Amino acid sequence: MEQKQGYRHKLGLLGWLSGGRYGIERYAYSLHRLCGLGILTYFIMHIFVTATRAHGAVAWDGAMASVTGTVFKLGEFLVFGAFAFHGLNGIRLVLTELGIFLGKPKMPDYPYKQSTLRQRPVLLVVMVLAAILVLIGGWDFFVQ
Amino acid sequence: MRESTAWYWFLFAGLIIFVLLGLHMAIMHLDELLLALGTGYANVLTFSSVLARSKQTFFMISYIILLGVALYHGLYGLRTILFELNLKSGLQRLVTAVLLVAGVGLFVFGSYAAIAAYLFKMN
Repeated sequence: MEQKQGYRHKLGLLGWLSGGRYGIERYAYSLHRLCGLGILTYFIMHIFVTATRAHGAVAWDGAMASVTGTVFKLGEFLVFGAFAFHGLNGIRLVLTELGIFLGKPKMPDYPYKQSTLRQRPVLLVVMVLAAILVLIGGWDFFVQ
Repeated sequence: MRESTAWYWFLFAGLIIFVLLGLHMAIMHLDELLLALGTGYANVLTFSSVLARSKQTFFMISYIILLGVALYHGLYGLRTILFELNLKSGLQRLVTAVLLVAGVGLFVFGSYAAIAAYLFKMN
């Protein structure tokens, strides 16, 4: 009798929460998606808030007054940091998609080196660059 | 559109966003740094500063391009995430239709605002 298996390899939300035996790239994947969803949420609100500029100074100032305060400032900083990580990690993902930094295919010789390990330094560069941008952003957001 | 084509547009849109949103983030959030380097805008959130940018053709066009590619990238990304939750095919079609209508609606609304601000006349 034919049995319906479904897509057992699809973990859904559980796949986000646990990297399992996978490496740091799996957590970068979760963070990438979390940042993406955060940016999308902010972006949709941003479209409505910034549209008020078409209605003059009073409408603009009113909209700005409704999005000021510590919570909004912290939220905007989080969006800035999310963009720094999501954008730089996105570049890494595009490079990976194109096969760049994965090494050329060759016969497997012991000790085996996975393509994931070959491109791992790129992830580390991404994390360092994102951290530098977050620090510069933090200086501009909170110190200046 | 084939799924693989839509996926490559999604990647391409991401690269455009990286450039345009990077510029936008630098102007809006690294303003002190840009001013120290001799460029950028002071008091970026005041209405006069916002209008000064909105009335430039470069900004008006780049806002509309950024709006379009960011909506495509963001909503297609959301669709990808939702599809990984094992949705049935009917629900997949519904999600696609809802996101498409929302994306087109937001694009029309945001583009209207960008063009209206570009044509805005101070009293």
